[in-house]
Amino acid sequence: MSQKKLSFEEALKKLEETVKALEDGGLSLDKSLELFTEGVQLVKFCNEELNKAEKKIEMVLESEEGFADTVPFVQEEEFD
Amino acid sequence: MNREIYTITEINKYIKEIFARDVILNNLWLTGEISNFHHHSSGHMYFTLKDDDSAISAVMFRGNNRNLGFEIEDGMKVIAHGYISIYEVRGTYQFYVEEMEPAGIGALYLAYEQLKEKLEKEGLFAVEHKKAIPLLPKKIGIVTSPTGAAIRDILSVIRRRFPNIYVLIVPSLVQGEDAAPQIVRGIDYLNRRGDIDLIIVSRGGGSIEDLWPFNEEIVARAVFNSKVPVISGIGHETDFTITDFAADLRAPTPSAAAELAISSRLELEKQLDNLEIRLLNGIRNKLEYYRKIVESLAEKRAFTKPEELLSEKSQRIDELARNLEWNMEKRLGSLKESFKIISGKLESLSPLKTLARGYSITGCQGAIIKSIEDVNPGDLIRTIVHDGEIKSRVLEKASKKIDY
Repeated sequence: MSQKKLSFEEALKKLEETVKALEDGGLSLDKSLELFTEGVQLVKFCNEELNKAEKKIEMVLESEEGFADTVPFVQEEEFD
Repeated sequence: MNREIYTITEINKYIKEIFARDVILNNLWLTGEISNFHHHSSGHMYFTLKDDDSAISAVMFRGNNRNLGFEIEDGMKVIAHGYISIYEVRGTYQFYVEEMEPAGIGALYLAYEQLKEKLEKEGLFAVEHKKAIPLLPKKIGIVTSPTGAAIRDILSVIRRRFPNIYVLIVPSLVQGEDAAPQIVRGIDYLNRRGDIDLIIVSRGGGSIEDLWPFNEEIVARAVFNSKVPVISGIGHETDFTITDFAADLRAPTPSAAAELAISSRLELEKQLDNLEIRLLNGIRNKLEYYRKIVESLAEKRAFTKPEELLSEKSQRIDELARNLEWNMEKRLGSLKESFKIISGKLESLSPLKTLARGYSITGCQGAIIKSIEDVNPGDLIRTIVHDGEIKSRVLEKASKKIDY
C-alpha cells in the first residue's frame, strides 16, 4: 500500500471505505485481515498527520523590502 | 385684463398645493450644516440648514425628533429627509424634517450599501466562489494587530483547544486610513509564502468608523482573490462588514474565527477514534465468525475418532484446538489489546497456517461439511489440507453418537 502521496483527506476517505467493507461482511478471512491491516496503517497515518503540525506562534517582521524574518511572538502583557 | 383678486390665505394655500404636487419637493434628502438651533419647549425643533452660499429654514416636529439617536448642535453636518412646504401663517417656505442623521455616519452607511450592492452584483459573495476550509490546517496565517484584543482572543482559543499548530501573525493596522492597504499587503504576503493553508483576518469590536477598513473595496477584493481560504472574524456578532461577505467563512468574533479554524481538527480526532473502534469491532466479529467455524470442525473429530483417526492424532487436534482457542481468546481479550497484537501478528492467523497445523476442511459441492446430513454415500467430497486437496467418495455415514 503506497501512502506516500496520500493526503489526509484521502486517507480518511479510504479508511472509511475500508471499515465499511469490513463491516459489510461476506469477505474471506484472508481478505478481512488484509483490509484490517490496511485500516490499521491508515489509522496510524491519519494520527501521524494529525499530530505532525508544529507547535509554534510566530510573527513576521517588516524590513525595507517588505516582510522578511519571522520571530517568536511574545504577547504583550496587559495591565489595564 | 380680468382682475381676479385673491386673499393672502388663498394664494398661500394655492402655492402650498403646487409645492405638494411637486415630486421633488414632496420627498427629498438634504445635506447641510445646522445653525440657529432651537429646541422649543413644545418639543419641536427649529433650525436653519445651510451650505456655504445658501440657507433654508427647517422644522422637525416632536413626533419625528423623539427617536433621534444623537444630540443636535449648531455647526453639525447632517443628512435630513422630509418635504418642503409653505408655512401659511408667515408666507414662508420651510423644510419639514422627518428623519435626520449625522452626515459622516450617513455617508459611510451609504458607501457601505453601494459597495455591497456593487460587489454582490459582481459575484464576490457568491457561494460557488467560497473555498472549502481545510480539514487539517497546519499553518494558519493571521492578519491583525499584534497588540489588539483580537489576537489575544484568538491565541487563547488556539492554546486552550489545539496548541499543536503553527500560527504566523502578520502585523497590520486595523483602523484608520492606512489600515486597508496593510491588510491587503498581509493577505497577499501570506498567499505568496505558499506554505499557509488558512488565513484569518481579524480585529476586535469598535464603532463603524473603527471597522471601516474592512468595508473597503481593496480589502474585500484581496479576500476574494486569496488562493488560501479566508475566515473573517471582525468586531462583534452584530457587525457585518463587506470583508465578511467576501470571506470564505464569516466568524461572528475573533474567538469564533479561531474556533472555526481548528474545530475541524477536533472533529477529525473524534471521527478517527470512531473509525478505529469500528475497524477493531469489524475484525473481531470476523475472527469470532471464523473461530466458530474452526470450533465446529474440531467438534467433528468425535464422530470419526474410532474409525478414522488414531487416538494420538485426536489428542494432537485437541491440543491444537486448545492452543488456537487460547490464542484467539488472548487476541480478542480487549479491543485495544487485540488491535496491537493482531496488527503485529496477522500472519499467524491465516487459515493456511491453521491447515498447516493439521486441520483440514472438507466440503461437498462447494459447501463446508458440518454434519452427516451434508453428505450421502456415493457423494464426491473434497478435503483441503495445507499443501493441496484430496478428493474422496463417501462410503457410508453413521449418525451414532460416540461415547467417551
